[in-house]
Amino acid sequence: MIAPVNAGHARRNNILTLCAGAAIALLLWQAPGYIDAYKIRIINLIAINAILGLSLNLIYGMGGMFSLGHAGFMAIGAYVSAILIITPDQKQIMWILDPIAPWVRDMRAPFLASLLAAGIVSAIFGCLVSIPVLRLGGDYLGIATLGFSEIIRILITNLTPITNGPLGLKGIPPHASLLMSYGCLAVMLLCMTRLMRSNFGNVIRAVRDDEVAAKTMGIDTLKTRVLVFTLGCFGGGVGGALMGNLITTIDPKMFMITQTYSLLMIVVVGGLGSITGSVVGAVLVTTMLEWLRFVENPITIGSLNIPGIPGMRMVIFSVLLIAVIIFRREGIMGMREFSWGWLLRDGKRGGTQ
Amino acid sequence: MDANMFMQHFINALGLGSLYGLIAIGYTMVYGILRLINFAHGDIFMLGAYFVFFATVQYKLPWALGAFIAVSGTIVCGLLVDRVAYRPLRGAPRISALISAIGVSFFIENLAVVVFSGMPRPVVQPPLLMEAFSLGGIRLVPLAIMVPAISFIIVAALLWMIYRTKSGLAMRSISFDIETTRLMGVSVDRIIAMAFAIGSGLAAIAGIMWALRYPRVEPFMGIMPGFKAFIAAVFGGIGSVPGAMLGGLSLGFVEIMSVAFFPRLSGYRDAFAFLLLVVILLVKPTGLMGEKLEDKI
Repeated sequence: MIAPVNAGHARRNNILTLCAGAAIALLLWQAPGYIDAYKIRIINLIAINAILGLSLNLIYGMGGMFSLGHAGFMAIGAYVSAILIITPDQKQIMWILDPIAPWVRDMRAPFLASLLAAGIVSAIFGCLVSIPVLRLGGDYLGIATLGFSEIIRILITNLTPITNGPLGLKGIPPHASLLMSYGCLAVMLLCMTRLMRSNFGNVIRAVRDDEVAAKTMGIDTLKTRVLVFTLGCFGGGVGGALMGNLITTIDPKMFMITQTYSLLMIVVVGGLGSITGSVVGAVLVTTMLEWLRFVENPITIGSLNIPGIPGMRMVIFSVLLIAVIIFRREGIMGMREFSWGWLLRDGKRGGTQ
Repeated sequence: MDANMFMQHFINALGLGSLYGLIAIGYTMVYGILRLINFAHGDIFMLGAYFVFFATVQYKLPWALGAFIAVSGTIVCGLLVDRVAYRPLRGAPRISALISAIGVSFFIENLAVVVFSGMPRPVVQPPLLMEAFSLGGIRLVPLAIMVPAISFIIVAALLWMIYRTKSGLAMRSISFDIETTRLMGVSVDRIIAMAFAIGSGLAAIAGIMWALRYPRVEPFMGIMPGFKAFIAAVFGGIGSVPGAMLGGLSLGFVEIMSVAFFPRLSGYRDAFAFLLLVVILLVKPTGLMGEKLEDKI
């Protein structure tokens, strides 16, 4: 997978990556002064969707486990983080259906710790779920994970003393600033490229491509898959927590299967198994979904009035999903990755793959 | 709980279970042949309910004619879905077809929002079916008897078709080995289309009866019954038509009885089905009546 890179190129690439990172950080830092709040929000959402897309891609694209349960793990992350950062007084007022459980009320943690907790709790759930479920393969796995995600949602709706039930949580402090979201994305990108370039990355690919062969090579395939699934759920939890902090209100209806579909779209459009692909997919799908809002708003061209059509956005979205899967199954990037060598045309028609 | 009360719940469960069973047959037939979870099946069911709503409530046609139109319309939709979204992916990896199915499901739901509007609409039940009568102390409406009766007749007819006719033989043969069947001179695409047509037709019938039982229609009404019917199909053993019916009935009984005996659990009603799914997949992944699928290496 990885093109041989000589030492000089490696150093140059690292410097280029650092420079690009610094440039992007500078842009993001200055952006709120130049762009309106709505666009900032979309740019922020791109980072969060990229984190979520990457974590799903780790499970599905790299690990080869078709999971439809990501919305459930996002929900866990979002709730854990929200419960930890809302003040006890606020919580006391918010629970009106049922009195809040005292231990839930008194839990507090700073934002970064709550992010970490969100990831860890999601990962624990993911690990517990995956051990029985990963014995199943292919589409059965998809359905079983979907089932778990629904069960999580139903639990959240009904465990009112802990989650405030169908009313959800409001007034979550908006900690997910632009730099925070992109910082998390950068950490995630760094960890994922490191992971996939390591020997364990090869093991993951081997288990995905041929489980039987991997087994004969002495790889504990179930353990590998459980670990990958758990890591993916960690990412899902962190992404869900950031999402909650961006939107500042969460309720169980936010984490329906539709949420998983749009993540699936990001992964499929970008390219299964490509880290770059998930980022590209997140940019495209997020901006497209926002841009498509115009079809639901009334448009006036001169004296012509076109009424908005509610629901049309999702119709177009689903047609695009079907079209991508029929006409360009490998997505935009396929399994390729971005590299400086490819951009600067090192050697022959260089790059990876 | 006294005996009368129990019988009331029993009849209720029989009705709900046979509706799940009818929808499950569509899943099981398509999965048996193509190994594809037809995610859009629940939405096909929703279309059936909407068509009968428009025919009878909006355009005031008689119920029999309305039902006929609804079933035909739904079959056409089912065939279109197969032609447009699944047939181009016959040779592709199974997961691609599954993602396409997810896309189609999403598409039909949102198209329904656009065309039919997202608001739930009430269905006017024909008074003839709702005249309550008493049978050995249990109060019943004809509809409660009609739903399971029609379902069982349809399943019997379908089983006859699958095991006694040539098309049925071709269908079973395709689910066994698609390439060999093609070589035997069977028009595989036609038989697959037939499976979709039968499945959609049954889903439409279920949709019509659902709209009579729970008298309202809305664009997302197919999602939950669809998932549950799929679970019923897996529970009964995917690929098996009697299994689908058995699974549907089991699920109907689990749902109705658990809430009847433990009313406090009613909020968790939808979770039971998924719990059942996870348990059956872990204990006996082939389901109650399924045949063992061998791992090919």
